[in-house]
Amino acid sequence: MIDIEQHTSDDYVIEIANLKKTFNGKPVLKDISLKIKRSENVVVLGKSGIGKSVLIKCIVGLIQPDSGSLKVFGKDVLDMNSRDLNDLRTKVGFIFQGNALYDSMTVRENLEFPLRRNKIIKDTKLINELILDVLDNVGLLEAIDKMPSELSGGMKKRIGLARTLILKPEIILYDEPTTGLDPLTSREISNLIVKIQKKYNATSIIITHDLNCAKITSNRMLILHDGIFKAKGSFDELKNSDNKWVRSFFEMA
Amino acid sequence: MQNSSDSDGLNKFLIELGGLSRFTVQFFRELFRPPYEHKEFLKQAYQIGLSTLPLISITAFIMGLVLTLQSKPVMAEFGAESWLPGMVSVSIVREIGPVITALICAGKIGSGIGAELGSMRVTEQIDAMDVSGTNPMNYLVVTRVLATTFMIPILVFYADAVSFYGSYLAVNLQGFTSFPLFMSLAFDPLHFYDLIPATIKTFFFGFAIGIIGCYKGYYSEKGTEGVGRAANSAVVISSLVIFIMDLIAVQLADLLNIFMR
Repeated sequence: MIDIEQHTSDDYVIEIANLKKTFNGKPVLKDISLKIKRSENVVVLGKSGIGKSVLIKCIVGLIQPDSGSLKVFGKDVLDMNSRDLNDLRTKVGFIFQGNALYDSMTVRENLEFPLRRNKIIKDTKLINELILDVLDNVGLLEAIDKMPSELSGGMKKRIGLARTLILKPEIILYDEPTTGLDPLTSREISNLIVKIQKKYNATSIIITHDLNCAKITSNRMLILHDGIFKAKGSFDELKNSDNKWVRSFFEMA
Repeated sequence: MQNSSDSDGLNKFLIELGGLSRFTVQFFRELFRPPYEHKEFLKQAYQIGLSTLPLISITAFIMGLVLTLQSKPVMAEFGAESWLPGMVSVSIVREIGPVITALICAGKIGSGIGAELGSMRVTEQIDAMDVSGTNPMNYLVVTRVLATTFMIPILVFYADAVSFYGSYLAVNLQGFTSFPLFMSLAFDPLHFYDLIPATIKTFFFGFAIGIIGCYKGYYSEKGTEGVGRAANSAVVISSLVIFIMDLIAVQLADLLNIFMR
């Protein structure tokens, strides 16, 4: 088990240093260093296919980086055995770009799946209460017995979020949470991310190229380009940056 | 140019073989590691049985019927019509029943597993399982491979029984043989050294169908084309492996026959 309390004296829950990842000889992450404090929402902005998703997949051990150090709750992810990695993964939620709902299961089964598999809670009554609670939090109580194929894009995002929230994660990694949604639903999802940050005191990394989402959700922003963070700061700082290239990101929108 | 494409093909084959071997080792490593997913195993076994039952019933029935009808004139020529049930039963139990059933299952179950896991890979459902602290190898692969390994032998027994019935009807199309007499003639030449190797090889056929389907699906390439390719190659490779396994099994069974006779 990962002792979270013992490692949080400096309040950094994620510490990444000199992270590198190459795919087929092409460097995607060249030198990534980043520290994130508890309850902070960090938005990583960048063009599509630049390696943003690779970064957060490294954090949960879905992709192995070539070199560098990657600590979550003070423990090096790259040195973890499969049991430690599983323990970590129950504390780190991951929202996939395509939602990744289990399409052969109903919404209820999707939500109880991580609880039952990890045997965190065995009591069916308690599991039901938790399901209703997270569905209430994402505003989709009526969808409990529906199949994922019966849900709209925005609803799927919410259920994906609910499935992550049911494990009460301390870190949530969002991979393009508003991609493919209309502006109104995008705004709703962005507001939901902020609501979750406050309610669950969760630390989040939000990968996006949606500036409205970035504006609503970010405490801090980073722009990833060419394998490194080219710019850092708040939304307003970056928007009014002296650097023309950085400003161009905001002007395009 | 020819040499280069040959070596490319050989490289691909060896990479595939290496990947499949590593996947099989991983399967055995996960097999004895808890949690044991009994419910998912039973669900998969039930679905495998249910989905293939109509197809196997029809094919096995026709197989018994046609085999008997085709052999009848030849047997009649030698005045050996009474040996017909025995000849058909030995052919079905030793060879045709296991191989045809396994090939049908490779097409129906192997492609289904390949496509299902392939689309789960493409839509990141396998990754989602991984990051929620569930080992997808344990939940998806072990359950499916065990289900095919144990269900194929049961389906083969069922197919043999249906084939016998088809054969009984064919014998009775012209003339009359009672059911007890037919069964007695059919079982008379059958020995345990026919039945045991034939049953053992069906477990291997089932394992091959499951592990190849899971391997192709689990490592499916991205996109719908990747899913299609995973399903397709699961069928092609497992069918080929079934024939190769059968070839080896026949040689081993012959050796067994020599020792047991």
